[in-house]
Amino acid sequence: MLDSYYRAFIAEQRYLMYLDGLKMTLLVSLLAIILGVALGTILALMRMTAERRGKSTLLSKIAYVYIDIIRGTPTVTQLLIMYFVVLKGVDGLIVGTVTFGLNSAAYVAEIIRAGILAVDHGQMEGGRSLGLSYGQTMKDIILPQAVKNILPALGNEFIVLIKETAILGYVSIVDLTKVADFVTSRTYEAFAPLIGTAIIYYLVVKVLTLVLGVVERRLRQSDKR
Amino acid sequence: MINVKDLHKYFGSLEVLKGINCHIEKGECVCIIGASGSGKSTFLRCLNLLETPTKGDITIDGMNIMEKGVDVDELRRKVGMVFQHFNLFPHLSILDNVTLAPIRHKMMTPDEAKKKAMELLNRVGVGDKADNYPVQLSGGQKQRVAIARSLALSPDIMLFDEPTSALDPEMVGEVLEVMKQLAKEGMTMAVVTHEMGFAREVADRVLFMDGGVILEAGTPEQIFDYPKEDRTKEFLSKVL
Repeated sequence: MLDSYYRAFIAEQRYLMYLDGLKMTLLVSLLAIILGVALGTILALMRMTAERRGKSTLLSKIAYVYIDIIRGTPTVTQLLIMYFVVLKGVDGLIVGTVTFGLNSAAYVAEIIRAGILAVDHGQMEGGRSLGLSYGQTMKDIILPQAVKNILPALGNEFIVLIKETAILGYVSIVDLTKVADFVTSRTYEAFAPLIGTAIIYYLVVKVLTLVLGVVERRLRQSDKR
Repeated sequence: MINVKDLHKYFGSLEVLKGINCHIEKGECVCIIGASGSGKSTFLRCLNLLETPTKGDITIDGMNIMEKGVDVDELRRKVGMVFQHFNLFPHLSILDNVTLAPIRHKMMTPDEAKKKAMELLNRVGVGDKADNYPVQLSGGQKQRVAIARSLALSPDIMLFDEPTSALDPEMVGEVLEVMKQLAKEGMTMAVVTHEMGFAREVADRVLFMDGGVILEAGTPEQIFDYPKEDRTKEFLSKVL
């Protein structure tokens, strides 16, 4: 038993491979969530133009179609299309980041939109009645309150994203899961590398969950009497 | 001060206001009464364009606010509004609720705004709550803060949309008292209310609305003691 763990993680300094794989997993996840939040915010604001006008606009339609297509197709398929068609021959890190960033943006957009819509409509009227513009009211009154609704769901999206990047190996980008695959093909033992890898994912997610819990409690503090 | 001519408002195909005509003088306190669904709140909200009238004319202080390209934000700085549900900003302290708009409009420096806010908060009796958050206040206190917040912009006109309807009975008095003071000081006020006692005592004129029109208008004595229309009599017999 210990032997197989030794072969899976220690022999031939294999732990270095796992570290490299973990680095790729975390780097793609982090860059993708940044891209996803940036693009997702734009998409959410595009969709919000419909709420403001009371009817759908060109911008809201474009955003809706984008979100609809991304959510309606498998992430693996999107990854394959990126790797073999759109970004053919581009570095793996970029392919991974762009794929997951574009994918995540669709989900983040809906999280942000829902967070903004959850703020009581009276808040917008309160701001507007004081002569503040739509933009000023958004910035000073709506968004600070929406963040409270958005952050927990956004953290959840980040966790989902980290686990989803395990499909990067499909297009031979060497992430954590792909490393386990490599090692298995060298040692002909699947158990130790796969279980070990699963534990690493679990620990990463666990740490993130704990951090999110702290952030959430902080945000709730102003709700208390 | 406010002149309304043939004001109509549709929500989809539903006609809520069916031709409102009225005139409110400077310094006048006008109470608008009527059953729910009679269009009184919609009428009030048209006066600062929170609702966009479908057709008609509204002139405020010589400015036709129905014209295209009218500066809505400028108008709303001159026409304050107090809501049924207060609409205080829960993420800001009481003081910041009051100072936010004057500072954003660059009407005052933050220090001046703070000084004026404290004056106003003391005037409505919640000066000691300046550093608290809205959630820590009672309904009556919240509504008084909301009034102070509107007054911080030194408006020419104040609109009140059922300001006491969401309050516990024992808190209604303290809010009405603040409004009474305001009326005494000569503020031009339009108040949608179910507080008939307040309307009788404080209003210069009372408008009775029914079915999207002003059915009857007059002094409180005329409306409450000698109503002419059957609909007015019927309404008053239910609420008095």
